[in-house]
Amino acid sequence: MAAAAIQARLPQSAEDVQQVVSEAAAHGRRIEVVGGGTKRAVGGAPADLTLSLAGLDKVVDYQPDELVLTAQAGARLADIERLLAGNGQMLAFEPPRWTGLLGASGEPTLGGSLAANLSGPRRIRAGAARDHFLGFQAVSGRGEVFKAGGKVVKNVTGYDLMKLMAGSWGTLAVLTEVTVKVLPAPRDETTVLLFGLSDAQAVAAMAQAMNGPFEVSGAAHLPPPAAARPPLAAEMAVTALRLEGFEASVAARAEALAAALKPHGRFERLDPAHSREFWGQVREVEAFVPDPRPLWRLSLPPASGWKAVEALPGEALYDWAGGLAWLLTEAEPAQVWVAARAFGGHALKVRGPGPAFEPLAGPLADLSARVKAAFDPLHVLNPGRMAAA
Amino acid sequence: MRMPAPDAALIARKAEIVRALRRIVPGEGVVSEPEALVPFESDGLSAYRQTPLAVVLPETTQQVSEILKWCSAEGVKVVPRGAGTSLSGGALPLADGVVLGMAKFNRILEVDYANRCAVVQPGVTNLGVTHAVEADGFYYAPDPSSQIACTIGGNVAENSGGVHCLKYGLTTNNLLGCELVLMNGEVVRLGGKGFDAAGYDLLGVVTGSEGLLGVVTEVTVRILPKPETAKALLLGFPSVEAAGATVGDIIAAGIIPAGLEMMDNPAIRAAEAFVGAGYPVDAAALLIVELDGPEAECAELTGHVRALASARGADFVRVSHSEAERLAFWAGRKAAFPAVGRIAPDYYCMDGTIPRGKLPQVLSAMSEMARSYGLGVANVFHAGDGNLHPLILYDADKPGELEKAEAFGAEILKLCVAVGGVLTGEHGVGVEKRDLMGTMFDPTDLACQQRVKCAFDPALLLNPGKVFPTLHRCAELGRMHVHRGKLAFPDLPRF
Repeated sequence: MAAAAIQARLPQSAEDVQQVVSEAAAHGRRIEVVGGGTKRAVGGAPADLTLSLAGLDKVVDYQPDELVLTAQAGARLADIERLLAGNGQMLAFEPPRWTGLLGASGEPTLGGSLAANLSGPRRIRAGAARDHFLGFQAVSGRGEVFKAGGKVVKNVTGYDLMKLMAGSWGTLAVLTEVTVKVLPAPRDETTVLLFGLSDAQAVAAMAQAMNGPFEVSGAAHLPPPAAARPPLAAEMAVTALRLEGFEASVAARAEALAAALKPHGRFERLDPAHSREFWGQVREVEAFVPDPRPLWRLSLPPASGWKAVEALPGEALYDWAGGLAWLLTEAEPAQVWVAARAFGGHALKVRGPGPAFEPLAGPLADLSARVKAAFDPLHVLNPGRMAAA
Repeated sequence: MRMPAPDAALIARKAEIVRALRRIVPGEGVVSEPEALVPFESDGLSAYRQTPLAVVLPETTQQVSEILKWCSAEGVKVVPRGAGTSLSGGALPLADGVVLGMAKFNRILEVDYANRCAVVQPGVTNLGVTHAVEADGFYYAPDPSSQIACTIGGNVAENSGGVHCLKYGLTTNNLLGCELVLMNGEVVRLGGKGFDAAGYDLLGVVTGSEGLLGVVTEVTVRILPKPETAKALLLGFPSVEAAGATVGDIIAAGIIPAGLEMMDNPAIRAAEAFVGAGYPVDAAALLIVELDGPEAECAELTGHVRALASARGADFVRVSHSEAERLAFWAGRKAAFPAVGRIAPDYYCMDGTIPRGKLPQVLSAMSEMARSYGLGVANVFHAGDGNLHPLILYDADKPGELEKAEAFGAEILKLCVAVGGVLTGEHGVGVEKRDLMGTMFDPTDLACQQRVKCAFDPALLLNPGKVFPTLHRCAELGRMHVHRGKLAFPDLPRF
C-alpha cells in the first residue's frame, strides 16, 4: 500500500510506519509524529505530513506479577492507567496530561509520554518516565524497524536506547511498541500542608522532609499569587508534602513528619481524596492554565531553583521539592535560558510562541547532532523539536 | 571467545607509545614492564587473560583528555578500567591496546545534602560513597556484591545493580550527572544536580555502555536518607516452585521488598558451609526477603510476608530481630560466589534475566543440561526481578572443561532469551556474551546500537572487541537502509 493510503487509514503496524517514513525520506519530506496530538504546541515546526500512531492503540501484553506491560505506542494513557488500576498497579512516574495547559483536545498516549519523558510529582521518589522504560520497537528516520531493551524489569543487554528515546520528542525514531515497568499503587495517601512560607523557607522545609525517613512522594510549593488562583484559592503560600503507602506506614510517617516540621508553623492534613485532587492539580499545573503568558518549565538543582526564578520576571510555582519551577513570564527565551544555566539547570518553553528547546553549545551540541544523524540523518522526523534537530 | 587480531605494527611501537604517555603522565603513572603489567591482565572474569601493551594511570581530566586525544591521533586502542571487578570481561586488555586505569581518581569532591547528591571521582568505590555520607544518615542505594572494591566509574560503565535494585533501581536510576571525555579528547558534562538535562539523555545511554562511548572522569550520584528500619526474613521451602510462587504472591500483594533473593539447595549448602549464616541446608529453596521503611510498615509487612510464605508451605521461617542478625542473614548470600568457589576449583557465573513465572521451567531445564554436560550448577537468583545467577562448577585444569562450561552457559542464556528474557541483567555483555547478542538482536537492531557507538567514537578505538559480535566500520553502518531489495533513495547525499 502506498504511504498516502496508509496515512489515510492510520498505520496499523510497524511496517506501515516504516513505509510512510521511507517514502517521506525518499522524497525529502518532513514528518510530524503524533500520538494523541496533545503536545503539538511544544516547539514543533511546519512539517510536510503528519504521521498519527492513533491506530496502534492496543495493549500487547500485561503481566501484573512480572511488573511489566507492553503496549503499542499509540495506546491511550487513560486506558493503560484504568487497566493497571484494576490490578492495583500504576505507572509510578505519574505522567501528566498537559491537555488543559496546552488547550489540546486529544488523548495523551503512552508512547507520547515516553517520547517526551513526561513525569509527575512522584518523580522525586519513583523516578521519571525514562526510569520505567524497559524496551521498544521503533522505526528510525532511516526507515528501519528496530528494537532495543527487553520485556523484563532488569536488563543491561546492549546500549540503553530507551534513555535516548525518552525525551527525544520523536526526533530519532517513531516508537511503535513500548514496554514499561509498572508498580503496585499505594493503598493510602495523605498530604501535609504548610502555610505562609517564603520560597527560600519552603525549599528548606521540603529539603528537611526529603532528607528524613518520611519517604515523601510529592513536594510542591505555591507562592502567594499562584496559591491565590483557582482551584486552590488560598490566602497565603502553600507548601505541600505527600506521603503514600500502606495505611499504618502513612499514618506513622505523617505523624513523624508533622512533628519534624513544627518549627515551620501551622499545618493541615488532607485526606486521601483531597490529596489525590491536590496532586492532580499540581501535576497539570492547573493554577497557570488560564493565564495567557508564555509558560516555562525550569529543571534545576532543588535547593537553588528558586534563585533562578528570583532572577527572572513573572510568577512561579514549584514541584519536585524545588527542582521543577513552572514560570509564567514574558522574558526573552535567551534570558530564561541564561538564568537557568547560571543556577545549574535548563529550561523548556512549554507554551508560547517562538523556540521551545534550549540550544546546546560546544562539543555537547556536536555530539548530540551526531546522535541525531545516527538515527535520522536526513532530518525527516519532527522538525523544530530538540535543540540538536 | 576470540578478540580482534592484534596489530603487530602497533605492538612494535610500544616504546614510542610509552614515551608519549609518559610525557602526559609523568613519574609512575605509566606501567610498561612485563611483570608490572600482570595484575592488569584480567578482570573478574579470570578465565580470559591478556597482557596489555601498557597501562596508564592518569590523575586529572586534562590528562585523560590528552591521552585519548593522542591515542586517537595515533590509532591506539584504549581499554578503560576501574577496579577490574567486571564479571563479563569488560576490562579485558588488548595486546595492542593501552589500559586506562582510573584508580587514582579516588576523591569525594562534594557532598550536597540540600540537593541530596554527592559529586565523586570515578575511582571512588561504591561503598566509599556510602561511607562518606552514612554518618549523616544517608547512603548510596545500588549495592553490587563487589561494592567494597568496585568503583563508581565502573558501575556507570556497567549500569551495576545489586540485591536492592528491585526497589531502588540500578545505577542508571541513581545518577544525576557526569563529566565524560570522548575518544577525541573532548570533555562534555552530562546532566548536573537537577533532575533533567537539556537535549538527548546522553547520560542515560552512556550508563551501561561498557566503556565503549567515553571515559567518565566525574560522577554526580543521588544519595538517599537511610530507611528508619530494615528487617530480613529467611524462608525455607521444600520446593523451588513453592518459593517462586511465594515471590509472585508478595508482588501481587503490592509489596516491593528492598531485597528479594532466592538460593537453590547447592547454593544454600555452599553458603552455609562457608559462613554459617544459619541457613536450612535441607531446604530445596531459600528466600531472603528484606523489608525497609518505618517501624510500623516493617512490622505489618513482615507479618504479611510470613503468612504468604506459610500458605505456600514454607517450613523454615526466621525474622531478624537485630541489625547484626539481619546482616548475618545476608552474609551467606553476599558470600555465595566465594562460597561456591570453595566447593569447585572454578565457577562460571551467568547473569540472564527471565520472566519470573518461567523460573520452574528454566531451573528444571538447567538441571537437565547439568546432567548432560556432567557439570554441577548452583543457583542464586535476584528473585524479585527475575535475574538468575547460575554458577557453573568446573575445573579449568581438566582439558576441555572451560569450553564445556562456556557451552553450558551459552545454552542457559539462549534459554533465557527463548522464554522471553535477556542475556544479562546486571553484569554486562563484555566479551563473555558478545557472541550471543545475535540471539536477542537482529542485524538492524545491532546496527542502530553501533551507530550510537560511531557518534561517540567513529574510529572504534575505545574498548573494541566488547559487546558487539562484529566490528563494522562506521562508514559502512552509515549507509541507508535497503528496503525490499533496493536502496530506498539512492540519489541522496551520504554524509
